[in-house]
Amino acid sequence: MENYEGLVHRGFSAAPDVQDPAVLAWLIRRNGLEMSRISRGSHIGSVFSVAEIIAVLYTGILHVDPANPQMPDRDRLILSKGHAGSAVYAALAETGFFPVEELKHHYANGSILSGHVSHKGIPGVEISTGSLGHGLSIGAGMAMGARMNGEDWRTWVVLGDGECDEGSVWEAALQAAQFKLDRLVAVVDYNHMQSLFTVEKTLQLEPFESKWRDFGWNAESVDGHDVRALRAAFERAMDNAGSGKPSVVLAHTVKGKGVSFMENNILWHYRTPQGEEYEAALKELEAQRP
Amino acid sequence: MRDAFVRALMEEMAANDRIILMTGDLGFGVLQPLWDHYPDRIINAGIAEQSMVGMAAGLAATGKIVFVYSIGNFPTLRPLEQIRNDCAYPGANVKIVCVGGGFVYGSLGMSHHATEDMAIMRALPGVTCFAPGDPAEAEATTHAAVRTNGTCYLRLGRGNEPKVHEGPVTDWHLPAPLTIREGSQIALLSSGGILTQTAEAARMLEKRGISAEVVSFPCFKPMDQFAVKELSERFGILLTVEEHNVTGGFGSAICEIVAELGNGCRVYRVGLHDLYTAVVGNQQYLREVYGMDAESIADRAEALLHEKRTDA
Repeated sequence: MENYEGLVHRGFSAAPDVQDPAVLAWLIRRNGLEMSRISRGSHIGSVFSVAEIIAVLYTGILHVDPANPQMPDRDRLILSKGHAGSAVYAALAETGFFPVEELKHHYANGSILSGHVSHKGIPGVEISTGSLGHGLSIGAGMAMGARMNGEDWRTWVVLGDGECDEGSVWEAALQAAQFKLDRLVAVVDYNHMQSLFTVEKTLQLEPFESKWRDFGWNAESVDGHDVRALRAAFERAMDNAGSGKPSVVLAHTVKGKGVSFMENNILWHYRTPQGEEYEAALKELEAQRP
Repeated sequence: MRDAFVRALMEEMAANDRIILMTGDLGFGVLQPLWDHYPDRIINAGIAEQSMVGMAAGLAATGKIVFVYSIGNFPTLRPLEQIRNDCAYPGANVKIVCVGGGFVYGSLGMSHHATEDMAIMRALPGVTCFAPGDPAEAEATTHAAVRTNGTCYLRLGRGNEPKVHEGPVTDWHLPAPLTIREGSQIALLSSGGILTQTAEAARMLEKRGISAEVVSFPCFKPMDQFAVKELSERFGILLTVEEHNVTGGFGSAICEIVAELGNGCRVYRVGLHDLYTAVVGNQQYLREVYGMDAESIADRAEALLHEKRTDA
């Protein structure tokens, strides 16, 4: 295993502006690039598409405390598209749940930082995912449990668009609406690409927003890379508590966002940047340093 | 066993408000006492077993002890991955309850025959597996499932089974097997609702001059290794009985232990021999067709003893 050389964000980690979502999103990509290079792991395109979603959640939306990750009234986040786990690992590390240094062990033999997000031994991760179509059901159960317990924390579930091919997502969508789980918020990273083809060429989800609405949800679409728009949409979803309906935010994103040659290129669902590709990606990211 | 389960669960729910029950739109009539007493703690998740089990895992994460109720293969094979990833892996307090283990829904056809569930559930690390043999065992295992931390599987029979135990099963600690009848020539080991047939087989054998011990295993995972060792050493010949495919099931679990002991004990497994049913009929009819009714069990035991004598 190589050293985590060029540990980029060292100067950033201690910076107070890690609470700026644009800064955190950049750190997610910058860490994601390193993790992908060192581990030779895949799914960098998904990590880049979900970066702003995760960054906005961890900068003022989620009620969580890095010093007390098991705080009883914390909000719960489930990354149902577990393959973008390094985005959550980076956000947790950068916001102080565990040392940023740990990220270099991603994918490594004996590491706790598996390719798909895992709760075993990682502060701040609620439950392991990786097989698609599980997270929304678990989130619905958590939301129902909170209500039964008279607790007012929220449950957030981040889904992939390809993941919405799974029937279990729609089972959960029916149940969450039936049980009026209005403190449950789903966010779909709608990058329009899945494993082999585009969403449109695989199983068309459109009309996606109205599909959710027809299932009994509050639904809205937003630019998933615009941190202000995301924050506003998330706040509206939070305000829906009391509406008797769960809420979904369809965040339109670009797979591989931030590195020109990765954007909208299915290859980067699998490929890991090495050598010149790494250098080129690094150069582009550095140019975007906030 | 259904009613015994509901009775035991009622008691547990009265004592512990963390216990809730989810049903996959089944249990008409059977669950009525629970609906009547605890309407806020019964959730009909609809015909959506995968998401029901995922929700159960989420509820368990908020401190609940969640019983998930359905029939046949619906609460096991359909949401298997949710049981594995979302319940067993994090050790969620989810108790999967199947009504209709084996041929209970015989006439409904192969889709409703739960004949691989024991093997599949047993293969999941971290899942404690119960298959009570009669209503008394059903009550005892329901209480045990509440007290066992983590994910459990409770494989029940139907309603109105005959009693095998005279009174309630008390002072039982899992995974200990329960001796139903003492004997000296062969041991019949049974797990699940087929116990009635196994016990009847021993009575038939007695009339034929053969002394058979009957041992019920209401818990088939973990297995009581010491009890199995003792039985294998004392008898040297064991007949396992399950209303289930022999591949990977209860008999296989006994074989795994005995094979590693290497003490020369012979094990024969009564059950479905790698088949799906091809005919329809009630539970007892199918048991007869597939060689797991009392008479078939007795015949098999007698033949094994005969072979043993011939070999000697």
